[in-house]
This record gives sequence, C-alpha cells and structure tokens, in this order.
Amino acid sequence: MSGFRTLLYKEIIRFWKVLMQTVLAPVLNAWLYLLIFSHVLSAHIQVYPGVSYTAFLMPGLIMMSLLQNAFANSSSSLIQSKMSGNIVFVLLPPLSNFEFFAAYLLAAIVRGVVVGLGVLLVGLLFTDLQFAHPFWILVFALLASAAFGALGIVAGIWADKYDHLAGVQNFAIMPLTFLSGVFYSIHSLPSFWQGVSHYNPIFYMIDGFRYGFHGVSDVDPMLSLAVVLPVSLLMAWIALQLIRSGYKLRD
Amino acid sequence: MPSAIRLRGLEKRYGLVQALRGIDLDIAEGEFFALLGPNGAGKTTVISVLAGLARPSAGSAEVMGFDVVRDYRETRRNLGVVPQELVYDAFFTVREMLTFQSGYFGLRHNDAWIDELLATLGLVDKANAYTRTLSGGMKRRLLVAQALVHKPPVIVLDEPTAGVDVELRQSLWAFIRRLNREGHTILLTTHYLEEAEALCQRVAMLKDGRIVALDRTDNLLRSEEERRLELALSSDDLPDSLRGRVLSQNGRRFVLNLPEYGELEAILAQLRQADIRVEEMSLRQADLEEVFLKVMERAG
Repeated sequence: MSGFRTLLYKEIIRFWKVLMQTVLAPVLNAWLYLLIFSHVLSAHIQVYPGVSYTAFLMPGLIMMSLLQNAFANSSSSLIQSKMSGNIVFVLLPPLSNFEFFAAYLLAAIVRGVVVGLGVLLVGLLFTDLQFAHPFWILVFALLASAAFGALGIVAGIWADKYDHLAGVQNFAIMPLTFLSGVFYSIHSLPSFWQGVSHYNPIFYMIDGFRYGFHGVSDVDPMLSLAVVLPVSLLMAWIALQLIRSGYKLRD
Repeated sequence: MPSAIRLRGLEKRYGLVQALRGIDLDIAEGEFFALLGPNGAGKTTVISVLAGLARPSAGSAEVMGFDVVRDYRETRRNLGVVPQELVYDAFFTVREMLTFQSGYFGLRHNDAWIDELLATLGLVDKANAYTRTLSGGMKRRLLVAQALVHKPPVIVLDEPTAGVDVELRQSLWAFIRRLNREGHTILLTTHYLEEAEALCQRVAMLKDGRIVALDRTDNLLRSEEERRLELALSSDDLPDSLRGRVLSQNGRRFVLNLPEYGELEAILAQLRQADIRVEEMSLRQADLEEVFLKVMERAG
C-alpha cells in the first residue's frame, strides 16, 4: 500500500512544485474570462431569474478549469516520464496496475479540485455565490475530474509527443467544453445545437454542477448524474485496461 | 546452489522482430555474470523481461525462484536494475528521488541506508541538488543508488560504464565488487570486454537472440587455442618446417601459432639452425575480445 501512497504523493508534489504553471496560471485565466465576460455581458444577459450572469458563469468556469487541469495533470506527467525515460522508476518497483492507475487518477483529481477551488475563491471576489446543494457540487466536481484525469491517463499513455496531447486538448476538450454551456444556457442555442449538446457529457457535468450552486439547471441533476457517473466509470475502466494491457509501457 | 536467475525457453517478439529465440540460462546466487553480444543481440531485452518492462512471448523467467509475470511483486523486490539510458526526473532532488524510490518499494524509513548509499557513491554534497544539475557521471551514480535503495539480492547493470570516465569506472567497479562479495548476484551487460574478463566468473555471449557461448570466463579464454608468437626476424623467409604455423606475415614480421608453450624451444632451435636471428619476440594470449569475435564469426 505504501508504494501507492508514495506515487500519489510524488504526483501531487510534482505539480505543486510548479504551482505557478499548474494552479496559478489556470486561476488567472479563469479570472480573465470572468472579468471580461461578466463585465461585457452581465448587463445584457440573465439566464436564470434572480441569478446574475457572473454568478451563472462561475460554476461553468470552475468546471472548465477543473476538468482541463485534471486532464493536464495525468497526461503531462505520463508523457514527460515516457519521453525522458524516467517512467522506468515507477515501472520497476512492485506496484500493481491498479495502484499505478489509482495514484495517477487521484493526483489528477487533487489538481482539478485545487484549481477549481482557486477559481471559486477568485470568483467570490466578483460575485456572491449561493451553495444551494453542496453535495451535488462535490459529486460533480469529483466525477468530472475523475473522468478527465482518466482520459489524461489514456492520452498520456497513447501520445508519442506533446503535439498529440495538444491535439486532444485543442480539438476535443476545448470544443466540447465551449459547446457545453459554460458561458450560456443551451436553451439559448438554435435547436439543432441544443440537440447536439445533449450528446456532450461535459454539458451534464456543468449543468449538474451548476444545479449545486443555484438550485436551477437546464436538465434534472439526476439525469446529469445518470450520464456523468457511467462516463466517469467508463473512462476509468478504459484507463485501467490500457495500463493492464501494457500498451506503450510494458511491451 | 539455487538459481538467482533462471530463464527457460525464453522468447520475445516485437511485432515481426524476434528479439529472443529461446534462451535457457541459470545464474547461481552470488555469481558475477556477464551478458555479452553485439548491438541488437537481445541483451537489453533479457533485462527488460527480468525487470517486467517487457513481457515474454514464450518461455519463462524467474528471479530468486519467483516468476516475473505471476509473482511480479516478489521478482521486482528481489531485483535492482541500473538502466542503460541516463534517465532522471528533473522535478526532484537526489534525496527526494531516493526517498520516493524507497517508498515505491514499501520502505518508509530508509534514511540510514540512503545516507550510506550517498556516501559510498560520492553524492553527499549533491543530496539536495536537483537531478538535472548533476553531471553525467553523477547521474549514473544516482541510478546505481536508486537501483539499490531496497537492497535487492540480484543486481542488473545494463551497460553501466558506457560513456563513464576511467576514474568513475574504477570506483563503480570497486563498489559492485564489494556488493558481489557481500553476496549479491550481479548480472552485467557491457561493451567493454576487458571489464567482463576482469570481473565476471561466467559469460554468456548472445547473438540474434540466441546464446552462442556460455562458459566460465577462464574456460572461454582457454578454449580458443590462440597463443601466438610474434617475431621480427633477420630474414623474410622461414624454414619449411615452420611455414605451417604462420598466421600472418608482414615483411620480416611473423605471427606464428603456438598451441603449447613447450613448443617454443623447438621453434627457436629451428630458426637457429636456418641461421635466422630473432630481433624481437613477444607472446600473446587470446583475450575475451578475440574469443568474442571468433564466437560471433562462427555463429554468423
């Protein structure tokens, strides 16, 4: 068990040592979004009655930062270790596949949640947020960061160069995030795109998360959970199977 | 004596490439053993299979009686591997690396042994330095320390002295010899054949994924009847009786085959009889490099 604990600790220390880049930068990013969008749009848009646009935006921004950073943590750690060759330091010890998987996944969740908390704290300077259903907030934060941490494991193992990871980030995660209702309610989209959004798991992550804060959402939070939970489990299962298969790690 | 390492019919395919074609090998506990072979012969693949970095396609590999696939936790606890590549993790200091490596093996309070490793390997001054600031030789020593944090009975060194300066090579070997004296089994791959000759009790030579020679180092050296007599003479012609011994000739310089030292006297007598004067003379015995080249040629 202590091998697992050491790997988890190492993975957390790894991002903590470069806090500027792994936590402060994404928080600053979110702060800029918040500053610009809320300033420009808050006078014009009210998505839910009684909820200011800034307050509406917050959960989406937090969720976006959280899942991007969960992904970045596991994927960048794995590809760096693979490319520099120091992955052998964690392949030679008697760690099981599951311990290996769980350590990278949990570290990704920690990074996601830490960045999410940072964005939340910055957001509280701009607007009052309610915490209508804290339990839902926690559930969606953990499930979303787990799903993307697992996706990061898959991408980090699969990728042969940083360019591959950038591809996943820019051509899959970014578009899916922006088309998921971070900045708007999908009800304001044309009906075709509304329909498309319902196939986007990130939409449910954000919608359920938003429900936790405001108590209102586009769809029933139980529906969101019914989508997000299996998606997270599926991603985790795929990541674990990939590690078990030895693909690109133990050939 | 039980086997520290035991390979049976070990095969490894990478796609279409057959890296190992049925290796059988036993290395006894406490042995100092060398695996030799040209690039691509399969040395590193053998090590990868032992270390769990590659999975056997057929056959089996055991470390201290444990199967590398089925009992991977035990085999990895029993094995310390110094990889060939000079790898390091730039995020961490020397001490952090050694503490993490201990932790991965389930050792939580390993500081006394880590301090000893740092002292023995001359890394005390660098304990709190980031690994990326170390010189190549220091990185190599750190890799040795990392391989030893869990005091493994079997130590595998994959080309440990490639690109390492003479002084470090000497001190590294002194340390490895000490570990061997203390009972550790050492498996070594090297390109420096004189190292294998000086250090190892037994040698296996690999070519194209097969063992083409496996014997005690001294037997291998004896097996090649390559005692040679090098002569510079006053004539560029030899008496008929000696022509059959000529391995090579360059003007008045001859290399003659000399299976037994006892024949030296007769050769000199025949030269004297033919009125040929010996200006220079030297005797050479085969070294492992020559044996190696011969074996490789035969296996060709």
